[in-house]
Amino acid sequence: MIHTEKLTKTFTVKKETVEAVKGVNIDVARGELVAFLGPNGAGKSTTLRMLTTLLRPTSGMATVAGVNVTEDPAGVRARIGYIGQGNGGGHSFRVIDELVMQGRFYGMNSADASARAQELLKSLDLADLAKRTVVKLSGGQRRRMDVALGLMHSPQLLFLDEPSTGMDPQNRANLWEHIMRMREENGTTIVLTTHYMDEADSMSERVIVIDHGQIIADDTASRLKANLAGDLLAVEVAADAAPDVRGLLGRAAAGGEVQENRLDGVVTFRLRLPEGARLAPALLKEMHDAGAPAQSLELKPPTLDDVFLELTGRNLREGANR
Amino acid sequence: MTSLAASEVREKPGLGRILRDTKYVFWREMLLPLRDPFSLIFSLIQPLVFLGLFGPLLGAAVGAPAFGGQSTLQWFLPGVVVMIALFGTSMTGSNLQYELMTGSYERILATPLSRSSLMIGRALKEWAPLVVQGLLIALVCIPFGFVFYPLHVLIGLVILGIFGIGLGALSYALALVSQNKEWIFWGVQQTLLFPLMILSGIMLPIEAGPAWMKTASLFNPLTYLVNAERELFAGSFGTDTLLGLLAASVTAAVGLVVGVKAINRNIK
Repeated sequence: MIHTEKLTKTFTVKKETVEAVKGVNIDVARGELVAFLGPNGAGKSTTLRMLTTLLRPTSGMATVAGVNVTEDPAGVRARIGYIGQGNGGGHSFRVIDELVMQGRFYGMNSADASARAQELLKSLDLADLAKRTVVKLSGGQRRRMDVALGLMHSPQLLFLDEPSTGMDPQNRANLWEHIMRMREENGTTIVLTTHYMDEADSMSERVIVIDHGQIIADDTASRLKANLAGDLLAVEVAADAAPDVRGLLGRAAAGGEVQENRLDGVVTFRLRLPEGARLAPALLKEMHDAGAPAQSLELKPPTLDDVFLELTGRNLREGANR
Repeated sequence: MTSLAASEVREKPGLGRILRDTKYVFWREMLLPLRDPFSLIFSLIQPLVFLGLFGPLLGAAVGAPAFGGQSTLQWFLPGVVVMIALFGTSMTGSNLQYELMTGSYERILATPLSRSSLMIGRALKEWAPLVVQGLLIALVCIPFGFVFYPLHVLIGLVILGIFGIGLGALSYALALVSQNKEWIFWGVQQTLLFPLMILSGIMLPIEAGPAWMKTASLFNPLTYLVNAERELFAGSFGTDTLLGLLAASVTAAVGLVVGVKAINRNIK
């Protein structure tokens, strides 16, 4: 569905050249659900905008739905759906009018466009709002209308740029429910950008981590976490047992860092342990046998944030500029 | 997808496609006044007010000889029609500004609509009320001695439509260039509008002015347009009409080239 080779975008801002995207290679197969994950300014949206012909690549090539983005941008646009960061509905227009006109823009005839609009209004819980003007919709309703606009012509490939930014958790869950249902019904290929790691984690089958305009990881969320982060293990022992435990945990961490915190006669050790859930029981037994039993144990599965930290040394929320 | 389907939507779209796309863009824009007809009613009253209040003053102040033997009304009415077209179509970009601030413009940019149709459709929406306005004020003025030549007036409105496409496209380009700095749009639009209007002899006959003004007016496309409309509204068809059509066509061509450039500049 998507194939890019060394796709690059540089901007010139006040005589300074900024390399927003530095030669990315992406392949997305039909039916995949892929998330571009990265901090603000990492180049995810720029990449998406090149793939949707809203930006012209500086160099490199990209084919989207079988069409080259620089040679035939209108051909690409005819084959994809795009839901941008902003709200797509014109403020003073009626919801139903915007949907029907969107269908006409893609070459649907009047009857098909009306039928499709009604269908989408119903499935996106907007049926009662058909004749309302866009400006009177709530934030969540507007976002659902954006989804309806993007799906009017039933595209085989749908791009979503930060689909749930600024939405409350309930509306986010609701939006995702709709997107997932559409996908199940039509087998739509979906590419989205997000800086919410939990969203990328739970919704996408494949995560492409982008930082400073480059792809730094590309895999399923679970494999990324297993390979790059490992579980976070925290063990508490009595202070006098700490020296015995220190060596033991050091060996288990296999060269990884072991943090130590002493408070009121209790020492807390923290370390990353690949496959920690599987190794923890044996570790506890070893500690017990060494005469230094654990007083408590906490095991946290890794998040994509941990993956990002491992890859870049930075937290996802810190942004790209640090 | 067949190769035929792909060639249909090439970046250089054929005339048929541009016309079809223009129809949809125009129709979407027309939904605004149609769903809210009050705005149309006001736009119908305004030119009448202008004609009723400025017309008599003009006749009294300048005197009939300056109008080349025509009645004041016969001379002034086509000017008012050009003025409505000028104000209307030069606002094309202002309505776009709202859509630039939300994601609405970007959403439409991501559809396969041809780039020139985005501008033509919007410009024609600003021109469309003029057809109703022009005919209405012509009818209203008949009892006051205005002689109405329907066919000539219709041709005059078509020429104004062609001019409007050009001016609308320029206005569209101006809105794109002044994105995030909306005041620039208004500054430029207002600053250009009045000199263009005065130097075309819309309000007062340019013949009454000094020589340099007459010379300057020769470089103003609007002058030819106003002359053409005066000729047509007087019920004749001649050189002035052809020159007006030429000026309108040149404006349209320049406007569309500049407009498409502005759209493409935005994706760089």
